[in-house]
Amino acid sequence: MDIATHVFSALYQFGDAFAFLVLSACGLAVIFGMMGVINLAHGEFIMCGAYVTAATAHAGLPLPLGILAGTVVSALVGVLVELAVIRHLYDRPLDTIVATWGLSLIATQGTLIMVGSTMAGVGTPFGSFQVGDYSYSIYRIVLFCAALGVLAGLYALFNWTRFGVLARATIQVPHMAAALGVDTRLIYSLTFACGAGLAGLAGGLYAPTMTLVPTMGATFIMEAFVTVVIGGADVFLGTAPAGGLLAIVKSGMTSWQGQLFGQIGLLVAVIIVVRVLPKGISGFVLRERT
Amino acid sequence: MTGFVSFFRRLEGPQTVGRGPAFWSLFAVVMMIAVAYPLFSDGYTVGNTVYFFVWVFIALSLCLIWGYGGSLSFGQTAFFGIAGYGYGVLTLNFGSAYGFTLVALVASVAIAAFFAALLGYFMFFGRIAGVFLGIVTLAVTLMLERFMAQTAGPEWHIGSARLNGFNGMSAMPPLTIPWPGEPIVLFADVGLYYFVLGLLVFVYLALRILMNSSFGNVIVAIRENPERAEMLGYDVRKYQLITFVIGAVLAGMSGVLYTAWGQYITPSSMGMTAAALPLIWVAVGGRSDLTSTVVGTLVVLAAFQALTIYGSQYALVFMGVLLVLTVLIAPNGLVLGTMNWLGRLAARITQRAG
Repeated sequence: MDIATHVFSALYQFGDAFAFLVLSACGLAVIFGMMGVINLAHGEFIMCGAYVTAATAHAGLPLPLGILAGTVVSALVGVLVELAVIRHLYDRPLDTIVATWGLSLIATQGTLIMVGSTMAGVGTPFGSFQVGDYSYSIYRIVLFCAALGVLAGLYALFNWTRFGVLARATIQVPHMAAALGVDTRLIYSLTFACGAGLAGLAGGLYAPTMTLVPTMGATFIMEAFVTVVIGGADVFLGTAPAGGLLAIVKSGMTSWQGQLFGQIGLLVAVIIVVRVLPKGISGFVLRERT
Repeated sequence: MTGFVSFFRRLEGPQTVGRGPAFWSLFAVVMMIAVAYPLFSDGYTVGNTVYFFVWVFIALSLCLIWGYGGSLSFGQTAFFGIAGYGYGVLTLNFGSAYGFTLVALVASVAIAAFFAALLGYFMFFGRIAGVFLGIVTLAVTLMLERFMAQTAGPEWHIGSARLNGFNGMSAMPPLTIPWPGEPIVLFADVGLYYFVLGLLVFVYLALRILMNSSFGNVIVAIRENPERAEMLGYDVRKYQLITFVIGAVLAGMSGVLYTAWGQYITPSSMGMTAAALPLIWVAVGGRSDLTSTVVGTLVVLAAFQALTIYGSQYALVFMGVLLVLTVLIAPNGLVLGTMNWLGRLAARITQRAG
């Protein structure tokens, strides 16, 4: 193996870890950044997206449409959850954690009862390609591009659309935005739906690569939370660089000592970063700027 | 006599519900029933009651950290597991002779406390608060579960104790009290019942004294407004760290007693569901009061067990619904709400009589 294949292998693993972290975290980050609500049922929204994707793919739809369906269904469930539960808890952020945890219990166990302990998966599309002695899955590269696409899409959404402007106004000074005629409740609902939809998208995208079980959300949430904690409240200044930083730690530790140590590395990185930068990377960047 | 009265005075205060002769005579009645209970019941039911009692410690730890301290921690389950595994490793290596199980109890709890101090240092001195604290502690707990679950191979052992991965450790000796002649082995029935009951009453009363002392008042002040507490000259971080460590000790006691009770411990006792359950007990009972927490935990646990027997897999769904509804409708907890209502009712009756 020469240097080039080593470099490619490291880059590939970095890209894979980056895509996983960013895709699983951005839904959580949007909801947390906009509303200060931590959605512990995030993993279950991911699970919902994955299940809907798999179900539609089994029904004969092409995979991209299935992923779209997973995203839309998760977003709709998100609207329902926001209307029924989250809306009443905006002034009690700690209680939203507890309530969404209750929702997560209901969703996991409910899925187990209704769908059963496992669901037939979807095959990974696109096959693989060869570099040096190793073969790599093309789908992982698609996932990396999807992660970049999601970041770009969110940037466009929050900076160039009317919804984005209203949403950012609502985060900054909610009552002022309300006084200027913004329906802040609607904005919150839509934001929550957006976050839930992003979770569904992550689930849909990863559905072909995983076994579908009711507890699959738990595979994502640790990475998602860790990325959001390190990133802080801003999606672009926080989640993206945090995803990059953690992807280096994770892919490095994983190729050195195996998957478990990749995760332990993540955890240690979080505890250290949080000790140094209590407000996350975005808090640090914003403080430097002002 | 004055010493006795001043002891009672320290048990009462603004941070705990229940005061005066009425409350303490009720307490005495409950105690008498609890002490006499094994006489009227069979060994299995008593052992099952011990199981309920074991969980009360971790509920109290969450009550202390979350209810009084205002920092929501999912790490209690991690400390539970650490102490449980610690007890397993120590007793499997050194046996139970010469009262070593009691030494193992203390040592395992100390390990959990040390771990909590380490984690708490990074968190509280990093000024992590609110939702972030919850997430970091949750990540630690899940990490620990994943780590223990993959220790299946024979290379994972501490001394002669195999960790056994997902199946967990088993066959550790029960708690044993050294006694001249024959050591008393506390199997999971009457013997362990009195031991745990005694420990529980001791911890409950000690926590009442602690929370009504100046320390407890500072903790509550930090919950209400950390900046103000800081301006008044209290080092918020130090108080939070101490509370966190005390909480870890309680959670660790739960873990050791659980391991000694069932003589096994598995990684799933640190998983998501395991971490959610104490939260439900405490939230439903009333997190900002010790008595409500104890009563709520016992009631919800008994209800949960009954549900698991009759409704099998729907029990967890029901628990989730209960948690969501409690948060939405009675954020202070059902038991605490009922107790406050009873208190007001009693006050009105005495007023009318007077």
